[in-house]
Amino acid sequence: MLEVTTINKWPHYRDRFVQLVIYLLVFLVSAVFAWILFDLARGGLTHLSWEFLIESPRDAGRAGGIGSVLVSTLLILLVALTAALPLAWTTAALLAEYVPTTSQFGVTVRFSLQVLAGVPSIVFGLFGNAFFSVYLGLGFSILSGGLTLACMLLPILVSTAEAGLRAVPQSYRLSAAALGMSRTATLFHLLLPVAAPTLAAGLLLGIGRAIAETAALLFTSGYVDRMPGSLLDSGRALALHIFDLSMNVPGGDTPAYASALVLVVLLLCINMLAMKLAYGLQRRKIMTT
Amino acid sequence: MFQSVQNDALTCWVLRAGAVISALVMLLILAFLLIESWPVLDQITPARFFTDTSWHPIEGTYNLTPMLSGTLLASMGALLLAIPLGITSALFIVFYAPTHLALPYKRMIELLAGIPSVVFGFWGLTTLVPLINQLHPPGASLLAAILVLTLMILPTITLTTYSALKAVPSEFLHNAAALGLSRWGMIHGIAFPAARSGIVAGVILAAGRAIGETMAVLMVAGNVVQHPEGLFDPIRTLAANIALEMAYAMGDHRAVLFVSGLLLMLLVMVLSAMASKIGKNQYA
Repeated sequence: MLEVTTINKWPHYRDRFVQLVIYLLVFLVSAVFAWILFDLARGGLTHLSWEFLIESPRDAGRAGGIGSVLVSTLLILLVALTAALPLAWTTAALLAEYVPTTSQFGVTVRFSLQVLAGVPSIVFGLFGNAFFSVYLGLGFSILSGGLTLACMLLPILVSTAEAGLRAVPQSYRLSAAALGMSRTATLFHLLLPVAAPTLAAGLLLGIGRAIAETAALLFTSGYVDRMPGSLLDSGRALALHIFDLSMNVPGGDTPAYASALVLVVLLLCINMLAMKLAYGLQRRKIMTT
Repeated sequence: MFQSVQNDALTCWVLRAGAVISALVMLLILAFLLIESWPVLDQITPARFFTDTSWHPIEGTYNLTPMLSGTLLASMGALLLAIPLGITSALFIVFYAPTHLALPYKRMIELLAGIPSVVFGFWGLTTLVPLINQLHPPGASLLAAILVLTLMILPTITLTTYSALKAVPSEFLHNAAALGLSRWGMIHGIAFPAARSGIVAGVILAAGRAIGETMAVLMVAGNVVQHPEGLFDPIRTLAANIALEMAYAMGDHRAVLFVSGLLLMLLVMVLSAMASKIGKNQYA
């Protein structure tokens, strides 16, 4: 005898309900993102002009532009990359190509970098102030700010470069060895060129990190908003400029909006380019932070 | 030109030197934090950071508990909001989104991760704080700090949960579907348990980020040294305290700020060690 089974409808309704909740929350997150961008654009677009980008700030930043601030930011970035890139890429090459993953040396270096990646930026600021500014006597300068940032960038530059090198197929290394190439030649002429897009993506991510940084620069590169004359001068980074305008300068909101807009647009472009390099070329995923 | 064995050995030593320097940066930072905080650690017992009457560093009373409670409350509040939002975002990308929406949404979250903390702080200061002020003055409050922190750690939770869910072997999901499980039954019964360690590791990483965040919180939290009694009370976090007082701190005061920096660093180190230990158990 056939029995009529009633289908339990409950899981079906529950699925529908969960789906609705998820769509609503996702919509909420997207709306907030759009809200932030819209606010920045509305507050900053009217104030933004070519003059704003090239003039130096006057009257504590209420008038004038952000020319000298952009120059300082660029100099800090250059110092940071000059110091961090050679270290990071040699470390990555060693970790990926020369030592076994499980060796004590490799594990130690990797652990130390992993801890470094989690250190809060204000702690980097404290360290930079104590070590570069006071102990090495560099004072509040672009040099000490840049070197502090270099310490901060090391982990991300190493991990992206290591992932890029590891993603090069093993057969490349075997072919090179079969052709009698030395390991050094393999590294310079084969592995690094093949991994170049990921190295570039990591570099861009590092640049994004560096120009977004404020807390580490508060007590290392300082507040001075004049055009820097040398690397030993104090120079104000763009992110710090936004902080100072909004917290310490009454009536500084409009230029702060415009500066924030410049910073966000710059970062969106850099990060999108990095994603394009990292994903577009079917590399291994390196965007996890 | 690179053909001799000597060259290979030389390269290896150069690379080794670079790696050693990279690894030493970490020790250098710890060493300098210790050296700078030694004048205080040497003189007073650590218990005084909890039992002193108040935070008046110029007069020699160093009670850090208001800052600790501010830091913990703000971070926990942000986690409470960001965990459901982040996990649903990841579920949306992996299971629910139509293909033409999944990738753009993921890219958007990644771009959100790249927005600097000072911009979040500025937006909170000019938009959120006035809104909260209308609801309940003064506006700059624990609630504002929680909301801004939520936005900042949401991408971390979303992206780590995404990786963890992606790493669940697809035959698990196929089997669940073949057994006739509903979609939520599959997610709740199969995907979450299989991805749990990855998700927990991501949440711990996000907690570390929330505890260490400085600028955004500094700009919206009001920075009054007190134990908050409600969501609308202003607070000051440990990291914000360092940023606010470092500029004029001298002698023991400066040393105490380095102690709080050391404390922050140790907290985050413990959290990241936990995260990596838990994260190792997941399906790779």
